Amino acid sequence: MANPRDYLYTKDHEWVRVIDGTARIGITEYAQNELGDVVFVELPAPELIVEEGEGFAVVESVKAVSDIYAPVSGTVKAVNEALEDSPELVNESPFDEGWIAELEINDESQLKDLMTADEYDALLEEV
Amino acid sequence: MRYIPTTQEERERMLAALGIQSLEELFQAIPSHIRSDPSRVLPEPLAESQLLRHMQELASQNQDTQALVSFMGAGAYDHLIPAVVNHVTQRGEFLTAYTPYQAEISQGVLQAIFEFQTLIAELTGMDAANASMYDGATALAEACLMACNAARRQKVVLPATLHPEWIDVVKLYLESQDIHVEILPFDGEAGTVDLTALTDDLGSDAACVVAPYPNFFGLLEPVEELSQWIHDRKGLFVMAVDPVAMGLLQSPGAVGADIVVGDGQPLGNAMAYGGPSFGFFACRGTKLVRRMPGRIVGQTQDLDGKRGFVLTMQTREQHIRREKATSNICSNQALNALAGAVHLCVLGPEGLREAAYQCLQKATYLKQCLKDIGIKTAFSAPSFREFVAAADVNWAEVNKRLLEYGFLGGLPLGQYHEDLDSCVLLSVTEARTKEEIDRFVHVLGGLC
Repeated sequence: MANPRDYLYTKDHEWVRVIDGTARIGITEYAQNELGDVVFVELPAPELIVEEGEGFAVVESVKAVSDIYAPVSGTVKAVNEALEDSPELVNESPFDEGWIAELEINDESQLKDLMTADEYDALLEEV
Repeated sequence: MRYIPTTQEERERMLAALGIQSLEELFQAIPSHIRSDPSRVLPEPLAESQLLRHMQELASQNQDTQALVSFMGAGAYDHLIPAVVNHVTQRGEFLTAYTPYQAEISQGVLQAIFEFQTLIAELTGMDAANASMYDGATALAEACLMACNAARRQKVVLPATLHPEWIDVVKLYLESQDIHVEILPFDGEAGTVDLTALTDDLGSDAACVVAPYPNFFGLLEPVEELSQWIHDRKGLFVMAVDPVAMGLLQSPGAVGADIVVGDGQPLGNAMAYGGPSFGFFACRGTKLVRRMPGRIVGQTQDLDGKRGFVLTMQTREQHIRREKATSNICSNQALNALAGAVHLCVLGPEGLREAAYQCLQKATYLKQCLKDIGIKTAFSAPSFREFVAAADVNWAEVNKRLLEYGFLGGLPLGQYHEDLDSCVLLSVTEARTKEEIDRFVHVLGGLC
């Protein structure tokens, strides 16, 4: 599964899709493959205010439990409630149906620190 | 054989690494007046027969409920324990089993715990229960931590009608984690929480409010009002319940409890001078279960499709995310919990209801008899198996005299609440007979 070209990426293998000042966040194909079967996703509380780099959700797989870090500072505006009953969506559709949460972005300039799809492809080449 | 696991050389190396000269220096943080010198405390060795006699002499200084008729409760109760409870718990397979770390070879213990969890979930009307905790007070402290964790708030509201020792334990757990404890006053007439103290200020940032059911005074709190109040403010409703009372009272699940805890001593466990007992812990819904402290045993299928039992959802407590856990407790009170489970199975729902009903009836009978000799009931709220009686006497002195007549009197409450100096907390279980109650009232009448 190729990394979507219009998304941004972090070194923690999360993706960010920016739509009208909102950042939709999930984990990448590479990340879901490394984690294995996801059995539980702990979603953040709505209206939670998070700082860039702060853990605000948790993905638990049969192999590991990983924090999801906020790629940018913001306020939680939506969570993917479908994951409560179907955490496997993270494996089956990491870039689409397996999204985790949406943040209202505080400071759009923080987006500049994220990687483009090309840069993320290059990162994956190295690992 | 002396058991000193290190050599002199090793000890010197460790002292050097610590940069100190002597063992004495290592222990200097412990005040000298609470330290003891074992060589001065222990007397000379005795022969086996002499030792046995010595221990029997010591034991005979204790008084127990085989010799005394108890009207004391306040957290430990003299309920009847069917002989089959001990018969099962004394079996070597249970009595000597080590904690089931290795699931494959511990199927019996795990199944017993699974059955226990199922019984507790049914008893409390919750979706899931854990394998048990140390006791009721620590279970409540963990419940408060879990509520803070789930609600992302740093304040809990405890009613002043909670057992004073439980309040101390909860405070001890919470205050070291910067969680604020707010005490809700009680209504002096009813003996239950003062509902006018339930303000927006108190509730808007509270992770939970706790309802003891029944409370320390044996009374039934207005649980539906408390549940509504905290839920309107997006906090959790925690109930600390008496398991025997569950035979008669409304199920915590039905009144909206999110977490239910309690002390299991009344189920199949002797009072044993205060312990060991077990705590139970149950909660509602699949989301909260993830935050539940302690062990949970799950039922599953092996590769051949056969039923098997495993320790499940241990990630947070024991393994890779200890720092994110509600608690790192990863043990339980398996044998005590087993006694509770056997007791519940022997009684069944009907038997538990009957035991609870008898407690209520006999306590009400004592209340009435005391009224006839001029000893009033202190509070107006309905009670279960305990109630507070008031008379202008020194209850500690009365209790000393009662002992001479073979009675263990109630708990004087002046030591906990200044205003309740004339009050005593009396408990009547199904184990008391009408004759015992009549005799108690007769003797008490002569002392008051």
